[in-house]
Amino acid sequence: MTSNIDRRAFLRQAGLAGTALVIGFYLPGCKKQDGPEPEGSITLFKGNVDDVPEGTGINPFVIIDDQGNITLMAHRPDMGQGTYQSMPLLIAEELDVTLDQVTIKQAPGDKKYGDQGVGGSASVRTMWEPMRKVGAAAREMLALAAATRWGIDRADCDTENGMVINRKTDERLAYADLVAAAAQLPIPENPPLKSPDKFRLIGKSVARPDVPLKVRGAANYGLDMKKEGMVYALIERAPSFSSKVKAIDDSAVLAIPGVQKVLKTERILFKKRMEGVAVIADSYWAALQGRRALKVTWENDEVLLDTAAIYDKLRAAAQKEGVEVSSEGAFARAYAAAPVRLEAEYETPFAAHAAMEPQNALVEVRADSCEIWAPTQFPQWAQQEVAKTLGFQPEQVTVHVAFLGGGFGRRALPDFILEGVVLSKELGVPVKVVWTREDDMTQSPFRPGSVNRLQGGISSDGQLVALQHKVTTPSISYSLFPGMSGSNGEGGEMEPVNEHLYDIPNYQSRYVFADVDPIPLVWWRSVYSSTNVFAHECFIDELAEAAGKDPVAFRMAMLQTNQRNRKFLQFLAEKANWEKPLPENWARGIAMTHCFNTTAGHVVEISRNSAGKIRIERIITAVDCGIAVNPDNVKAQCEGCVVMGLSAALKPAITFTNGAATENNFHTYPILRINEMPQLEVHVVPNEEAPTGSGEPALPPLAPALANAISRLTGKRIRKLPLEDGLMG
Amino acid sequence: MSLIKLSVNGKSYQVEVAEDMPLLWVIRDFLGMNGTKFGCGIGQCGACTIHLDGQPIRSCSTPVLAAIGKKITTIEGISEKGDHPVQQAWIAEQVPQCGYCQSGQIMSAVALLNEKEAPSDADIDAAMVGNICRCGTYKRVRAAIHRAAADKREMLSKR
Ligand code: FES
Ligand code: FES
Repeated sequence: MTSNIDRRAFLRQAGLAGTALVIGFYLPGCKKQDGPEPEGSITLFKGNVDDVPEGTGINPFVIIDDQGNITLMAHRPDMGQGTYQSMPLLIAEELDVTLDQVTIKQAPGDKKYGDQGVGGSASVRTMWEPMRKVGAAAREMLALAAATRWGIDRADCDTENGMVINRKTDERLAYADLVAAAAQLPIPENPPLKSPDKFRLIGKSVARPDVPLKVRGAANYGLDMKKEGMVYALIERAPSFSSKVKAIDDSAVLAIPGVQKVLKTERILFKKRMEGVAVIADSYWAALQGRRALKVTWENDEVLLDTAAIYDKLRAAAQKEGVEVSSEGAFARAYAAAPVRLEAEYETPFAAHAAMEPQNALVEVRADSCEIWAPTQFPQWAQQEVAKTLGFQPEQVTVHVAFLGGGFGRRALPDFILEGVVLSKELGVPVKVVWTREDDMTQSPFRPGSVNRLQGGISSDGQLVALQHKVTTPSISYSLFPGMSGSNGEGGEMEPVNEHLYDIPNYQSRYVFADVDPIPLVWWRSVYSSTNVFAHECFIDELAEAAGKDPVAFRMAMLQTNQRNRKFLQFLAEKANWEKPLPENWARGIAMTHCFNTTAGHVVEISRNSAGKIRIERIITAVDCGIAVNPDNVKAQCEGCVVMGLSAALKPAITFTNGAATENNFHTYPILRINEMPQLEVHVVPNEEAPTGSGEPALPPLAPALANAISRLTGKRIRKLPLEDGLMG
Repeated sequence: MSLIKLSVNGKSYQVEVAEDMPLLWVIRDFLGMNGTKFGCGIGQCGACTIHLDGQPIRSCSTPVLAAIGKKITTIEGISEKGDHPVQQAWIAEQVPQCGYCQSGQIMSAVALLNEKEAPSDADIDAAMVGNICRCGTYKRVRAAIHRAAADKREMLSKR
């Protein structure tokens, strides 16, 4: 084995053996994305890692040994969103240790850790209380151990920086000296949590511990994992998602030095199976050369979709009634009675995630176990699917989690890991599957495009009295999972417009299913919100214009019930100097949304030059995500959302030709570069509400804020993404 | 296959590889240095940026032959302890998110600051346009370059 894995294995053993105090908790099952945050009811227990009772969701997080080494397990994969810090930091806050005093370790996939998946901007908002309770329970036990030794009350002890302090005598005892005694004490069921004014880490923009590793090139990603005796596998992909291998000519391939074998293989993507031909070699380069020399004859008897056909289908489907997903009041009657009625249709494109690190997995299948090193957002899901594929129990499968070179939803799926499993099982050696960038861009499941139809009715005094939002889009859950009809609009397809942000007396949301199989689909950062909010907030702007109202004033009038959102809009408008007049040929656009339990919005300022080209002058972003555990990181996530939102709004879409994605690398699917980065200010609304999501909410409102600014400036409504070529300059 | 001598981060190495193998794969798969990243393989993303005799190049598109007799510097070679002024500025601005593009970003920035003491925004655009960051850290990349330049000037003025 090479050093990476050796070191990890060593740390695992060294860290977890000799454990003196282990605290874990039982976390109840997952919840739906929006709605009240989970209660965080937990059952604490103690014991060595190895004898932790097996059972759903029971897991060790805090490990203190008698040498004073404190280890906190980061149980959630880090794809750049900051869980490598945020999860342990919540524990450290209550444990009263600084981050410099602890070692953070990335946990492998194991049901003992509770739910480990990262997605839905969920980690901080759902772990906010459970993680702090884990730290608080340990702190209470250590303090009680000290109090007993001093013969004083627990109430006469303070904790700080890994020490218990005797308030009367100012004597101090380090946690290391107390850990043996503390471990004998019962675990408090409801340890007191600090009041926010006592926070030393939360809310403080503490530097992230992964950053020093990342600036030295020393953070290990999936692609960096190597193992003695492993072979590289590159897989030649079919010319369409439904093509089958008819014949393989590998005569030129095997002559390439380093190439070992060519074999037919498959990609398992839940209900989908895609055939491929693997080239096995002793290096990536040899495998790539081999793949280039490979000749495969493919056959296909399905209709091959292209983009024009897909959108014809979507537009035709958009004429249907679809199903009602949510309703307040009586839309149809109110709309029919409204003196001013507006209708519009919006289109959004398919998109690729294009995480910087191409998909990869290192897999070793043995007779009765399987070990995996991979960049996965859902290590336990991968573990289950691998076990299913091999006929193993999940316990026989170990999934080590590396740093993820981006995720954005793509890495929720275990398909690239299963490719390694299939090949390693067949070849009997460790296999490192590497996707080329072209594989990643053309084969990856995509964000589905959509057609949105909206109708709005305005009263004679300029109030929005009736609104209907009908979304026509393929269903991700139908695309992935067997047995899903995909047609009831309950797979998140309507988020977040199934719930209404504004006070509108008659509101209805409807969904129309469109089938684009076999094109694979998956969640893309902010999922359906990324497309639905574009249509929704652009239409709100159209309605404001029709009502003769200022876009902020129009929205403000509809934000009476939810005062927090009203304050949010005031905050954003103030930060953006909304009332301040702009120079000639400048304009502002605004949009906001509420998703992942967070409210976010932007004001985009643009100008037009003498050639008629539009330039983004400034973006002002605001986010209300409750307490920002690390405000600087919340800002970073918003910055990331803005850039990804801009790329999706301004740059070419993923299109399909003869059943395959056309764009195949960064020259044909360009993403925003530094010279195109506008001036950007991010403002976090200060408050003391419990934290909500921050990795995604700022993405959806970006495109509509930009489009609304352009529409105001040019008088021409933008109803399609990406923006038309040649508009910006 | 040929036996090729390379100088990487001040050390000499010998590898037996195909002459057309890109430096990226030689460095990662044969020399075992993982800091240099693979992003696109066609010179479009900059994740694989290294220095060849001090000049930033895309190692995914540079055959190993082109490096014979030249000095290769990778992210592992710009400082021993990760305290190069650019790395320090990167930490101060908390630039990385996923971090995958950052070795390349830093190598491009180091090359820029070796050329220009006080790069303008336009200089930064020109030097960094080849480095994509999908996580969207551009605002901080710019701030960190200005910071590193200012720190360096301050250091020099104190001497
Ligand atoms: S990997 Fe070399 S430029 Fe992208
Ligand atoms: S930090 Fe993730 S790609 Fe740049």
